Amino acid sequence: MTARISRWPGVELSAADLNERKVTQTRFRPDAKYAWSAGEAMSRFLAELQNGRLIARSCRRCERILFPPRMFCEECFRPTDEWIFIQDTGTIETFSVSYLDTDAKRIAEPILVGVVSLDGASPKMGMMHFFGEMTKDEIRIGMRLKAEWRPPRERQGSVLDIRYFRPLRKGEQ
Amino acid sequence: MTKVGVIGAGMTLFRRRLEETGKELCFEATKMALDSAGLTRGDVDMVVCGTAPDAFDGVAMKGEYLLDGSGGYRKPYTRVFTGGGTGVFSTIAGWWHVASGLADVVLVVNEEKMSSCQPHPQSVFAHIWDPILDRPLKPNLVWIFAMEMNRYMTVYGVKKEDIARVAVKNKRNAVGHPCAQLADPNITVDDVLNSEVMAWPVQRLDISPPSDGASAVVLASEDFIRKRRIKDRAWISGVGWCIDSTMWTDRDLVFPEYVARAAKHAYKMAKIDEPRRQIDFAEPYDPFDYKELHHLEGLLLADKGEAPILTREGVTERDGKMPVCPSGGLLGVGNPIAATMGMKIGELFWQLTGQAGKRQIPHEVHTGVSQAWGDLMQYGSVVVMRG
Repeated sequence: MTARISRWPGVELSAADLNERKVTQTRFRPDAKYAWSAGEAMSRFLAELQNGRLIARSCRRCERILFPPRMFCEECFRPTDEWIFIQDTGTIETFSVSYLDTDAKRIAEPILVGVVSLDGASPKMGMMHFFGEMTKDEIRIGMRLKAEWRPPRERQGSVLDIRYFRPLRKGEQ
Repeated sequence: MTKVGVIGAGMTLFRRRLEETGKELCFEATKMALDSAGLTRGDVDMVVCGTAPDAFDGVAMKGEYLLDGSGGYRKPYTRVFTGGGTGVFSTIAGWWHVASGLADVVLVVNEEKMSSCQPHPQSVFAHIWDPILDRPLKPNLVWIFAMEMNRYMTVYGVKKEDIARVAVKNKRNAVGHPCAQLADPNITVDDVLNSEVMAWPVQRLDISPPSDGASAVVLASEDFIRKRRIKDRAWISGVGWCIDSTMWTDRDLVFPEYVARAAKHAYKMAKIDEPRRQIDFAEPYDPFDYKELHHLEGLLLADKGEAPILTREGVTERDGKMPVCPSGGLLGVGNPIAATMGMKIGELFWQLTGQAGKRQIPHEVHTGVSQAWGDLMQYGSVVVMRG
């Protein structure tokens, strides 16, 4: 009854009330660490990243090439069929120019990040990654890109084995 | 199926930091909702609690933790969580308790206390990302909104100033809301466009704030409402919910298909075949200004790419043809995730029973729709209510 209620409960605090311990409080810092086994599809995906290749899975029923790869098709709800290498070239579907780091702290040099859909996978299928060798003024949706891989001995079986995606150079398709 | 009505609602102030514990906030909102319905805890058969990730409060088993304040002590009690979609979904869960005939009176209590997480709840949002594909990139939650907003703007050629109008409208609408955290009667489109760029195209004033708060609603069967001669009630005439894949890099972010599916389910139940004609006002989820536009299209209240035009033409103003977020929304009132039920379900109840005070839509309204959204851009929950 918003029109008929006169008292709205809640006592506002300032950041200083908490940080300078002006209000009664208690504190706790969790110590939680995790190790995730990557599973069937992602283990192969990560191993192939170390080889400098992107791999997908096909589903014979819906005829999709699924990337990132998975062992079952969520649409047909059946096991996927084959491993298929796709290209390391693709298209920017969307992007952001971020002045925030992972903890929402401000950074001066922006991060170019977005979704790249990959050639050889079904339409719109791709991954989130960084974009490089372009400025924030040059980046645009629809831009054609290629993966810039780390040198083989620096690769660790991680999405970071690709440093970033960069614009196609002359002669590249 | 038993017909279900909302017969009471309550909420606390929404603020960046509140002194009360989550339990205390739940008690205040719940007591207010029960008082407004003229009921006591003894009248309540079952309780549904809605609250987002445990990590915000730093208390696992958060549903159990909030139990006493939610009036659920020694009663059938369930905590539900569907990400940001909880703000509307918990009412759907409450609805099926009554619609099934299992209960006559159900309390739905939603709470969020984001200030406990130090220094900023952003660090906890990191836990929603895929550990193998996304987390090595050290993503910030604002990125997903920036990417979705950019896709939406680029595909339809939407101007940032038309998106900024949503923030202006909602922060101004919130001036009439007694619980509002970020009401601003003087804000302009230029203020939004000149605010700090966080992750382009998202700027400071495009975003709703983290908040503490709680809200509660009371649901009852038609029989109960008739027997108790309860006058202030709004009927739940349709519900729908739907979720898309967590593989969010595999779909076009330009249109929230999952919201459309949830809406179609709710409209079919409510016998609505022309939503634009049959729905008088809407409370779509607006954690970011473009999300209101995105969701109006998902709710089939605007054609694809048309929502910014309707906004520019004033159609969605409180005195427009189809008022949108007359409460002030998350952008104006605040965003204590699950507790945004206070603006989504609560506002529909208050508007449909003529109790919205300064926020009351000046023309007569009979049917409203509310919607919430969450997870990795994949979840939609929709409720249609009639006066």
